[in-house]
Amino acid sequence: MAIAEDTVLQLARGHRFQWESVQSAHVLLYPEGMVKLGTSAGEILKRVDGRTPVAAIIADLERAFPGADLRRDVTEFLEHAHGKGWIHARPA
Amino acid sequence: MPGQPNPPLWLNVELTYRCPLHCVYCSNPVDYATYGPELATEDWLRVLREGRSLGATQLGFSGGEPLVRDDLEVLVTEARRLGYYTNLITSGIGLNEARVARLKEGGLDHIQVSFQDSTREMNDFLSSTRTFELKRKIAKLVKQYDYPMVLNVVLHRLNIDHVQELLEMAEQLEAEYVELANTQYYGWAYLNRDQLLPTREQLERAEEVTNRFRERVGNKMKIYFVVPDYHENRPKACMNGWGSVFLNLTADGLALPCHEARMLPGFDFPNVREHDLRSIWVDSPAFNRYRGDQWMKEPCRGCPDKMKDYGGCRCQAYLLTGDAANADPVCDRSPHHALVTRALERAAAAPARVETKPVLLFRDDKNSRALSQKRAPAPAA
Repeated sequence: MAIAEDTVLQLARGHRFQWESVQSAHVLLYPEGMVKLGTSAGEILKRVDGRTPVAAIIADLERAFPGADLRRDVTEFLEHAHGKGWIHARPA
Repeated sequence: MPGQPNPPLWLNVELTYRCPLHCVYCSNPVDYATYGPELATEDWLRVLREGRSLGATQLGFSGGEPLVRDDLEVLVTEARRLGYYTNLITSGIGLNEARVARLKEGGLDHIQVSFQDSTREMNDFLSSTRTFELKRKIAKLVKQYDYPMVLNVVLHRLNIDHVQELLEMAEQLEAEYVELANTQYYGWAYLNRDQLLPTREQLERAEEVTNRFRERVGNKMKIYFVVPDYHENRPKACMNGWGSVFLNLTADGLALPCHEARMLPGFDFPNVREHDLRSIWVDSPAFNRYRGDQWMKEPCRGCPDKMKDYGGCRCQAYLLTGDAANADPVCDRSPHHALVTRALERAAAAPARVETKPVLLFRDDKNSRALSQKRAPAPAA
């Protein structure tokens, strides 16, 4: 599913995002399961807070990692995460 | 075993073996009634801290029925503060609105409620209680407090034909996750195996119904269907390998690499009263015994799949063949595979629909004490 850039995303119910120092990675925790996230996935999910629209997340990431065109990577990851049921659009 | 093992990601604490239910397929050890005293609150709090610093992220509060412990709220609150994702695995019995509210306040992340069947009659018969209506109320309470709803149903011959009704019940209760977990034949389930094993036809129908239901509900409900390994010809990668990701603690403080390992002879499983969790996980002979592949015998040792399934389940190998280092006899490369196929043939020969109630051994203290005197069940012929 394509995600419009004015969409505000939030973590799905029962999902928690946190830093794990033993694994040196961000993880996403949910009922009886865990996904260990790569660096870029962690940077993106860190910004999914239920307030920031997708366009602002992309802009913020491009400020943090200058010189890269991140739009496509970010959108693709968010669509993947949405398909997995990790995040969804905040109800209007 | 070369190198340091990876951290245990899953810490499961069986807080107590007391339980208001008497399920005929319970995976608890059959001699639980003879065990020593339960760990005190302070012991559990220390162990939770040790587990977290080892790197455990998922924490299961299980049992028995964990709600029997009146310090559950204290343990949940500390666990959440430490950063665990906290799972309460419960029959729901003992839960009321005041306790749900306290658990929510303490930061409990998720409640998994078990149902025995979609019908009151079978639910209550299988658990030897009158709990069906109560469970429906509990499920609503879980929802009301905004927990993700996870329904768990253990499947076997007596309820597997009700999968459609079970899924409809889950939909009606607005479950987000449903686990249709076929019985694994350990503990009480092993004793009752001939009455509980489904036939292949039953299993195929149940899978078909599940797949159709999945297509209809889509993303709204995630349905996990755990197949019974007796019907497979390759073993499950039990616990993802011995001492690999899973650490189980018993009510009386033993540290085990799985729920069932306590029955294995020739082991000195460490107790958290005497050892810290790190030395148990990293250094104890018990946790290192079946790590890697040095312990394997043929046909596992030379098998191309040995690091995929780790030779299956050590407890099942022991239970069926008498030697935990043998290949799990579910594997058709095992010289003992006929033990599994014979059990299936026995089940298939019996009528699939039981009209009169079969003779089942309910999990309760009286049966547990009687079975302990007889010692563990002999490996099946």
